[in-house]
Amino acid sequence: MKRRDMLAGLGGSVVAARAAHAADQSVWLSPQLPEGTRDVIRLETLPGKQPLIRLADRPPNYEAPISAFRTPVTPNEQFFVRYHLASIPAIDALGTWSLTVGGEAAERQITLRLEELQSGFEQVEVAAVCQCSGNRRGLSSPHVAGVEWGYGAMGCATWRGPRLRDVLAKVGAKADAIEVWFDGADGPVLATTPDFHKSLPIHKAMADEVIIATTMNGGKLPHLNGYPARVVVPGWTATYWMKHVTSIQVSRKPLDSFWMQKAYRVPAGMFAVDRPFPTQDNATTWPITDIVVNSLVADPIDGTRQPVDGFTVQGVAWDRGHGIRQVEVSLDGGETWKPADLGKDLGPFAFRAFTLRTGKLAPGKYAIASRATNNAGETQAAKLKFNPAGYHNNVPQQVAVTAA
Amino acid sequence: MLRYLPLAAMLFASSAFAQEEVALKPGPDLDAVTTSCATCHTLNYIRMNSSFLTLDAWKAEVSKMREAYGAPIDDQTAAAITRYLSANYAAPPKS
Repeated sequence: MKRRDMLAGLGGSVVAARAAHAADQSVWLSPQLPEGTRDVIRLETLPGKQPLIRLADRPPNYEAPISAFRTPVTPNEQFFVRYHLASIPAIDALGTWSLTVGGEAAERQITLRLEELQSGFEQVEVAAVCQCSGNRRGLSSPHVAGVEWGYGAMGCATWRGPRLRDVLAKVGAKADAIEVWFDGADGPVLATTPDFHKSLPIHKAMADEVIIATTMNGGKLPHLNGYPARVVVPGWTATYWMKHVTSIQVSRKPLDSFWMQKAYRVPAGMFAVDRPFPTQDNATTWPITDIVVNSLVADPIDGTRQPVDGFTVQGVAWDRGHGIRQVEVSLDGGETWKPADLGKDLGPFAFRAFTLRTGKLAPGKYAIASRATNNAGETQAAKLKFNPAGYHNNVPQQVAVTAA
Repeated sequence: MLRYLPLAAMLFASSAFAQEEVALKPGPDLDAVTTSCATCHTLNYIRMNSSFLTLDAWKAEVSKMREAYGAPIDDQTAAAITRYLSANYAAPPKS
């Protein structure tokens, strides 16, 4: 399918994003966000979605409100939306979608339609967190330029589809393959802007958990979450999870793309990595890859009043696939910690729910925080590891409540 | 893929969703900003990134749009955009 063909139908399918009445629906925003960010944010309902926090409408960038994380599986209707580039095929135009698989380090090239992806390969399911690399960028101190996300540029879903390695087996990856390159149907407004291309090292592309998802929580992928198929890379940040994936190329060269070599970089060695990506490393920076251990208090919400009889602190914890060993909750701003109860284990790449019942409390102010530790023994950072793009902020969030 | 379309057609074709009309602060050189920046993204990107970027940081952002993102902005227009952003959306100068 040529992009020209996909875009042909767009003019007739403009869909209005219905603005929610912000006054009717309150949404909590972190006081740490830049002043200008707090001014532009609106609650807005995209087609097929529940109200999300709009950072930008073009390209669409919407995050989930914190209340969406009271359950370890995020509903499709509350799943965050993130695009770099504003030329996005309308859902009707994706009806003729197909996926080309091949490349210079493949024995042959094939083209797959959606039905072939769903019937021609073993279908596997993986519950995994999809988290934007820039989640929590807006909380960076000092602030850094970019989309100023709060806490909600993430979600956890059960993804289903064929393993990437089974699809690659059909084209025969050669022994000298070092990367797998991805392109999606969305693209830039101007031909001079680099299209969004990403790659994976061959060892991650061949990993058991990496799939081409054609369903999400048992339903179709929502349009703006990558319909009809997206790459799912459990453990790695969402930049690799190519939406509307149209091309998968096995290569013997590192992908030379702005989106690999200039963007999505972290200072070399600053964060723990299980699977290195040496073909994209340079002397000072590495590509961002593995998600850091983290947690979020989804209830109560900062600034609320709670009963002195006690209340339940609940939220989710996650990491890059080691799994969560422990979540601790503090009611005194991190002076003392108590172990929380962990919910059902949905798999090492999924959110792990946690709850802590406070018991009776003296009236007064409480500073709630949560702190997760994974099975590798890593714990959330006490102090921000500042980096120029504002990635990997896993400092425990502060939730101030009053018991009365 | 859209390089042969006139600007107005391109903007329409590339927006699958309705957009909010963003009102930036009035001031000299505002035209240069609305014409150049809104081609590819909402002008709320400017408000969202205020008011913490310094004059030099805004200058770097404009350079990034030209060099990394291929925005067709000439030197004179880039200078006008930077003047506008630093006058209206920059961090207050450190005393």
